[in-house]
Amino acid sequence: MFAVFLQVIRRELVTAFRRKSDILNPLWFFIIVITLFPLGIGPEPNLLLRIAPGVIWVAALLSALLSMERLFRDDFLDGSLEQLMLTTTPLGVIVTAKVTAHWLLTGLPILLVSPLLAVFLSLDANTYMATFITLLLGTPVLSFVGAIGVALTVGLRKGGVLLSLLILPLFIPVLIFATSAIDAASFGVSYSGPVAILGAMLAASVTFSPFAIAASLRVSLS
Amino acid sequence: MLEVSKLSCIREDVVLFSELDFIVSAGDIIQIEGPNGVGKTSLLRLLAGLSTPADGSINWQSVDTVVDRESYHRDLLYLGHLPGVKAELTAFENLFFYHAVHQPVSEDKIWQALAQVGLAGYEDQLACHLSAGQQRRIALARLWLSEKKLWILDEPFTAIDKNGVKVLESLFLEHADKGGMVILTTHQDLNFSAERLRKIVLTRQHLAEY
Repeated sequence: MFAVFLQVIRRELVTAFRRKSDILNPLWFFIIVITLFPLGIGPEPNLLLRIAPGVIWVAALLSALLSMERLFRDDFLDGSLEQLMLTTTPLGVIVTAKVTAHWLLTGLPILLVSPLLAVFLSLDANTYMATFITLLLGTPVLSFVGAIGVALTVGLRKGGVLLSLLILPLFIPVLIFATSAIDAASFGVSYSGPVAILGAMLAASVTFSPFAIAASLRVSLS
Repeated sequence: MLEVSKLSCIREDVVLFSELDFIVSAGDIIQIEGPNGVGKTSLLRLLAGLSTPADGSINWQSVDTVVDRESYHRDLLYLGHLPGVKAELTAFENLFFYHAVHQPVSEDKIWQALAQVGLAGYEDQLACHLSAGQQRRIALARLWLSEKKLWILDEPFTAIDKNGVKVLESLFLEHADKGGMVILTTHQDLNFSAERLRKIVLTRQHLAEY
C-alpha cells in the first residue's frame, strides 16, 4: 500500500515537471501580489508590518485556489482517474498521495520563497518565524480541504465558480487563525494559541478529508 | 462467475434498462449490442463498479461486488472509452505506472508487451506525441500483461487498424480458452464462431438475449 502511495506521488511529480507552467503559475501569482503591495501603498515599514499577515495569507489562499482545479481535472479528462478507482488499494490512500503531491508542488514552493517576501514586507525575525510556521501548518490544510471541493465538482463542465463558492468559506478559519498568529508575533506576544488551533486543523483535515474526498469522487464519477 | 440480477439503470430520469439478468461464466465472450444512447457504456460502468445501480445486484464468485469491492477489482480489468493514458508520460512510463498500482510486473514484460502492440521504437516517446491509435495501443498493451480473469472493454477497437483488430480478436479467444471472461461493446462485426460469442442486445426499454 505504501509502495502505491509513493508511485502515485512520483507520477504526479513527473507529470507536473513536464508541464512546468502548472507549478510556476500559482507561485508566480503569489510573488507578484506580494511584490505589488509595497509598490502600491508605499514603503512605510509600520504600515507594511500592519497589513503583512493579511496580504501574505490572502495571496497564499488565492494561489492555492488557482492551482486547485488541476488536482483531479486532468486525470478525470484522460480516464486515469477511473483506472485509479479500480485498484485494490483503498481510494483514500490514493487521494492522500495526490493531495500530498499537490502540496509539494504548490505549498512547498511558497514556503521556500517566504524569506524573500519577509524582506519585501519588512518583517522582523520573530514575525517571519510566525509566518513560516502558519504557512507550514496552514497550506496543507488548504490542499486537503480544497480537494473535497475539487472532487465534488470534477464531473461538472464549468465547476470553477462553484468550486470557489464551495471551498472559500472552508478556507476562512485557516485565514483567521493564521493572520491572528502573525499579528500576535508582530506585537511581540506569544502566538502559540492560534498556531495550536492551526495544528489541530491540520491533524483533522489529514485524517478525515481523505474519506470525504474518496466519497465525493465516487459520487462525481458515477 | 459474474452474476447480474435484476439490474436497473436510470440516467437523467430515463430508465435505460431494468430487470436485466445474465450470467457470465469462465470462457465466455460477450458482446453487448444496441444503438447509440441505449446504455451500453452505462451498463459496463455499472459492471465495473464505477457507478451504483438504481436497483439489482452484481455478484462476483457469489459475493456482492458492493460488499467486497477489493477482491472483485483484483480480478477485473476495465478499459473505458477514455484510454487512461497520461499525455505527459512516455509509453513505457504509462504502462509501468499502471502496473505498479494494479499488479506489479517486471520491466522486461512491459517492453515485450509494447513490442507486441506494435509500439517498438516508441517506448520513450511522450504519449502526446503519438497518434490516437498508438495511444489506444498503450492502453491495450495492458491486456497482454494482465492476469486478471474478467475483462470489461468499452469499444476496444476504436482507432485500431484492421490488422490490430485481428490480433485483438485472437487475444480474446486465447483469454477465454484459459478460462477468462470478456465483456465488450463494439459496433464492428466480430469474426467469432456463433458458439464462442454470446450477444446481449439492449433495445430501448426492453431487452432480449440470444
